[in-house]
Amino acid sequence: MGYTSVVCVKQVPDTKRITGNAMREDGTVNRAALPAIFNPEDRNALEAALRVRDEHGGTVTVVTMGLPSACDVLREALERGADRCILITDRRAAASDTLATSYILSCAVGKLKPDLVFCGRQAIDGDTAQVGPQLAEKLGFTLMTYMEELALEGREARVTRNIGNGRETALARLPALFTVMESANEMRPAAMRKIMKFKKARAPMEIANSVKTALGVSATPEALAAETSRRTEELAARGLLIDQWNLDDIGARLEWCGGAGSPTRVNRVQSVVLAGGDYREFEPTQASIGQLVAELVQDHTIG
Amino acid sequence: MANFFNDNEDIRFLFGHYDFRRIAALMEEDFRYNSEFDFAPADAADAVDNYRRLLELIGGLAGERIAPTAEHTDTVGNVLNSDGSVTYAPGIAEAIRLLGQADLMGFTLPYRYGGLNAPQLLYAMSNDIVSRADASLMNLYGLQGIAETINAFASDDIKEAYLPRLASGELTGAMVLTEPDAGSDLQAVKTRAYQNEAGEWFVHGVKRFITNGCGDVLLVLARTEPHISDGRGLSCLLVEKGPKVKVRRLEHKLGINGSPTCELFFDHAPARLIGQRQRGLITYVMSLMNGARLGIAAQRLGIGEAACREARNYALSRRQFGVAIDELPAVRDLLVDMSVDLQAARALTYYSAFCVDLERGLERRLEAGLDSDPEAVKQLRTEIRKYKSANKLLTPLAKYYSSEMSMRVANSAMAVLGGSGYMKDYPVERILRDSRITTIYEGTSQLQVVAAIGGVMSGALAGIVDEVLGAREWPAAVAPLVEQVRAGLKALETAVAYVKEHPEGIAYRDLYARKLVDMAVDLLIAALFCDQAAASERKLLVARRWLGECLPRGRALQERICSGETLTFTDFEALAVQPATAD
Repeated sequence: MGYTSVVCVKQVPDTKRITGNAMREDGTVNRAALPAIFNPEDRNALEAALRVRDEHGGTVTVVTMGLPSACDVLREALERGADRCILITDRRAAASDTLATSYILSCAVGKLKPDLVFCGRQAIDGDTAQVGPQLAEKLGFTLMTYMEELALEGREARVTRNIGNGRETALARLPALFTVMESANEMRPAAMRKIMKFKKARAPMEIANSVKTALGVSATPEALAAETSRRTEELAARGLLIDQWNLDDIGARLEWCGGAGSPTRVNRVQSVVLAGGDYREFEPTQASIGQLVAELVQDHTIG
Repeated sequence: MANFFNDNEDIRFLFGHYDFRRIAALMEEDFRYNSEFDFAPADAADAVDNYRRLLELIGGLAGERIAPTAEHTDTVGNVLNSDGSVTYAPGIAEAIRLLGQADLMGFTLPYRYGGLNAPQLLYAMSNDIVSRADASLMNLYGLQGIAETINAFASDDIKEAYLPRLASGELTGAMVLTEPDAGSDLQAVKTRAYQNEAGEWFVHGVKRFITNGCGDVLLVLARTEPHISDGRGLSCLLVEKGPKVKVRRLEHKLGINGSPTCELFFDHAPARLIGQRQRGLITYVMSLMNGARLGIAAQRLGIGEAACREARNYALSRRQFGVAIDELPAVRDLLVDMSVDLQAARALTYYSAFCVDLERGLERRLEAGLDSDPEAVKQLRTEIRKYKSANKLLTPLAKYYSSEMSMRVANSAMAVLGGSGYMKDYPVERILRDSRITTIYEGTSQLQVVAAIGGVMSGALAGIVDEVLGAREWPAAVAPLVEQVRAGLKALETAVAYVKEHPEGIAYRDLYARKLVDMAVDLLIAALFCDQAAASERKLLVARRWLGECLPRGRALQERICSGETLTFTDFEALAVQPATAD
């Protein structure tokens, strides 16, 4: 039989390569200063899905929401073995927080009727770890966070979860959504034959942009449209078209998308510089440790 | 993310320097495969972009996944189990799996057999990159020549049976030549192959020092004509791993511990003939060997690269006498020597691979009948002849020089690290141990000199140097260097003329063969550096340094060659160590 899997991935700035100008004056991320990469744990999610397909058959569809430049991660997914890729892109989705993002993703993923959905545990830019769980909630799928191992039998999944201070094994009914840990697996390398083929895959908006560049500013809208559709058909015939959906295609309610659908408000952004300073010693006694814990709770370091 | 291609300025420079577009057009036979295979390139730019992506892919695997396992692989090695099977070191097994997943275990094969139709120069670059991560892995990764030999000479059904599985990494191979009494002298091979009444072939005998002899597809050199005692009585047979092939022992070696070196016993093992009888050694193995020698030459580059980097990084951080030791002139000079030596070997090896690609590519063009104009066909044939004869000389020279370089550079790296380098805490002692085999296998340095001396004496080598220097407009900064190389050629000519006229004849030539070859190879590398210097400021400095070293060395060699001194012949007993006496 085989399972229908969907993997949600995100293109993120490479926060491991922070340079001086990585943050703007207002504290937001200067995305232009950092290389854009495949969010690391989303790779583990993709690998988990590919392993399910290797063992049981089925398909792996990769979905991302973002600008057309996010197609870079979709091409990388194809080069590593994904069957199909979908770019969700729409100006009206700009400024979506995790709630709006998970709503938009739920509309798209729901259309694909998957048995299994895989997300990375969290993205290295926001580090919220919220989208996966919110998506499961909206889809009505069983949620399994912190997945390290997965065994499937019929409509049941046996999952080993890393719960920080140990591991637990849990059973989940399908359909289910898993958020995958970095420790779950190591991503397979891209296959050279697939690189040679899928480096040419493009989404319609990318095609339109390159046609604009090729034909120049003087080209008529009709000429642009004709050339775009010619190139699109040519790529489609060779299996190199990346699907592109907007909010209408997935039937999303606009008031729940973008800024309008995002209740999160950024109150203040602080640039925290960690530096060595004072230290205090606490005696290894019951009372002294109690004092330490109380102080840490008081300044919200723990609790 | 460590990437052994992206972080290697020299390989990236040479990738841009060689005319990969021309090679691609030849390999792809004017890009006709694009209609048959959806991943095959549509034009030269597409193909060269694929080549670059391939190097990035392998550079990432080498840096991220392979290099971190090298130390463990060296420590644990491979294991011969009681049932006769061999278990690879975990790092080696994992690397083969990854490289197979990445479509990189047979990428010089044609598309139809699961390969990528990639040129030898790209293969040399990838061997360079992989060997920097783990030299011993290259002994398995570098066995792609076995698949190439099957592709070049075996019947279609053998190709279809084995090549796709070799390309995917599902199967690995071995070239099974050496025997206890047939090492450098392969004509003495005793293992025999015979047919039963039904015409089926069997192989019987013992083979020794077989790299990856535990592999699945064994290309065995065996005597099919018992009445012919020399190389013409030998044929090449394919034996599949099975109950009739026994791994009797794994050698305990000085280095390359990740590479299993097996003694094999063929107990009337079923076999299939490759190509025609009697051509085993003289055609097939010579072809296999030439490919393997280039592969091995590239392996040395990776060893040299690893050694140079270890030494440079250590010298930067190690402080003595109040300064980092790379401030000390002696250490500084050593580091420069190492780097220039490495670049010299790389120049020669890559140029050799480039010429092999041109020879094979032009041959393919001829066979495919892409040119109809008789004048063009004639021109094609002339070019093929030119590269064929050049390659007979270039391949042994590349193998010789690279091997000697990797030993020198690894040795110097240990000198830079001093006591620390001698300890197992640093990788340099492993690199030095790994380097030592390189002047021995795939033909010793002495044998490479034998293969090359004819071309030096005949003037063929001077012809290649002339060809590299060519009739071209040199930038002002390079022109004086070119003149120095031409002057060096005159000196070589003088030495060759002296040797030709010496009354001892061939014996005198053989006595001084290595010195003649050293003189010649220095000049060839100098010419290649001039060519690179015309495109790069950095290489101009390298060329100046190289000529500064090699010109006086050449004068000394010329003087020695022309000395007429033959004490080795006349007074051997007095000069050599006394042998052990029989009592």
